[in-house]
Amino acid sequence: MSTLTHAPAPTEADVRRALDAVLDPELDQPVTDLGFVRSVALDGGRVEVHLRLPTSFCSPNFAYLMASDSKDALAALPGVTHVVVELDDHHDSAIINAGLAADAGYRGTFRHEAEEDLDELRETFRRKAHTAAMERALTALLRERPDLPEAELAGIHLWDLPGDATTAALLRRRAAVGLSNAADALVLVDHDGVGYAPEQVPLALRRARSTRISVDGNAHFCRGLLRTRYPGSEKDQSPLKEHTP
Amino acid sequence: MYTKDGERYFIVDAHIALWDARPENQRNIHGKQFIDCFYDYHSNLSPDSEKWPYEEYLYQGGERLMRDVFEHGYVDHAIFQPAHLGEFYVNGFGQTEEAFALARANPERLTYNHHFDPRNGEAGLDRLRADAERMNLKGVKLYTAEWHGESRGYKLSDPWAYRYFEACRELGITNIHVHKGPTIRPLDRDAFDVADIDHVASDFTDLNFVVEHVGLPRLEDFCWIATQEPNVHGGLAVAMPFIHTRPRYFAQIMGELLYWVGEDRIQFSSDYALWTPRWLVEAFVDFQIPDDMSAEYGPITTAQKKKILGLNAAKMYGIEVPEELRLPDAGEPAVGPREPGRADLAAAR
Repeated sequence: MSTLTHAPAPTEADVRRALDAVLDPELDQPVTDLGFVRSVALDGGRVEVHLRLPTSFCSPNFAYLMASDSKDALAALPGVTHVVVELDDHHDSAIINAGLAADAGYRGTFRHEAEEDLDELRETFRRKAHTAAMERALTALLRERPDLPEAELAGIHLWDLPGDATTAALLRRRAAVGLSNAADALVLVDHDGVGYAPEQVPLALRRARSTRISVDGNAHFCRGLLRTRYPGSEKDQSPLKEHTP
Repeated sequence: MYTKDGERYFIVDAHIALWDARPENQRNIHGKQFIDCFYDYHSNLSPDSEKWPYEEYLYQGGERLMRDVFEHGYVDHAIFQPAHLGEFYVNGFGQTEEAFALARANPERLTYNHHFDPRNGEAGLDRLRADAERMNLKGVKLYTAEWHGESRGYKLSDPWAYRYFEACRELGITNIHVHKGPTIRPLDRDAFDVADIDHVASDFTDLNFVVEHVGLPRLEDFCWIATQEPNVHGGLAVAMPFIHTRPRYFAQIMGELLYWVGEDRIQFSSDYALWTPRWLVEAFVDFQIPDDMSAEYGPITTAQKKKILGLNAAKMYGIEVPEELRLPDAGEPAVGPREPGRADLAAAR
């Protein structure tokens, strides 16, 4: 909990900006853009945020991650003296909200159902997010340059990509999995940064495409379900930014 | 049977349910949360003309099921895939005796699959043996996120699950339908992960594993294991209604499935009563990959549609199909991508 009492009290815009950094790990989008932030209440340095999800049965481990990441992001905000984050209308709302209030951590929250931590889960989805961003960038390049043989994607470097939002999104995902963003780094790589031989490119690209379709499809589905569950929530959702249809 | 433009389609709805989610059967708040979640799926993905009032959604009964599925729905044969959900509903969610009686009264039209839970140990194994004999089971539906005392999920690769699959093998229960849900024990891992299906499919090559919802929300992981395991199949429950709300997404799902899994291992289902089969069958027969995606995916052929809509499930379950409607298997590799030529986006452009 922050004790920076002399900083000015935060505004709602400050709170929402802080929550922009909290991602739904499965959908690789900010909880703010998804419409998952139900309410923000401020009283001086006291912040209370309620989160909502598309169903009562969204995975509790992801629900916990988003809620605890939100609490961490708000606690780090200057001027904040006390943070309450609550998850509404979920089958584990009582468990998760009690754990958040007590700062019990993942193991303290889920007790006998938690073995170690959620680090591996997070890493799995950072890798999927990178794979999907890589496919978006390379498919865009293929469409841009119709004469480029697909196998030559094996030799495409970051410096070959345009300076657009799709590339910027890829760079962020690369950084998140610990890959170099040097201009001469290869684009088509696995999560360890290992590239592919030209003859391996079609399968690697197809596999990446199935990941991108899965991530994007889930995002469409979850956004739609949230709108059905909470009529009016569409006004809280921002359009998909970096995602091509 | 559905007929369009002179083509006849034999329809097998490979995933239906007869559930009871009325308040008197709800054990706790989770019973209401669960059916509300289903109703939101239904409301979100159905065309307006096909939406039901909430009250009708709670329970349908056998008479209405027969009307919706067979009389109006073009379906020739349907397979019950019940979810137990004993922690949420007093008499369970899927109505075992009612559905089983309906199947016994209409053997030409209905197959009853049952369920088991490996966490029931030896007693559950005895129960499975008795159920298999009484119900003449050919298949089971497993929901890995079923809540069970202190555990809220299991993996198919757990040692006790293996004991049950060995029993299935003895009892002639060859078709294992798997539905992954949001919880697993421990919660450290992704509950939707399908890696355990890869393990059991390799160890029980004489059993068929039908992954429901084609692995959604992990379509990519499903495609990757299914392309390597010839006994892994995909069920289209929940994926089908995207044909209406998200036709471009549906096109990509079908394109990926036909590429990785192939036309002989995909099964249609309405997931009744989540949705009704009539509009889904009509829409699927009319469906085609959009022109601007033709670089990535070939067109879906009439023969592929016939297989997916019924012939594949009929073959797995030994359901009699009129001679003139049968089709041969595609000459595709048993493992690996089905359409290697289409792997090359650049070449296909």
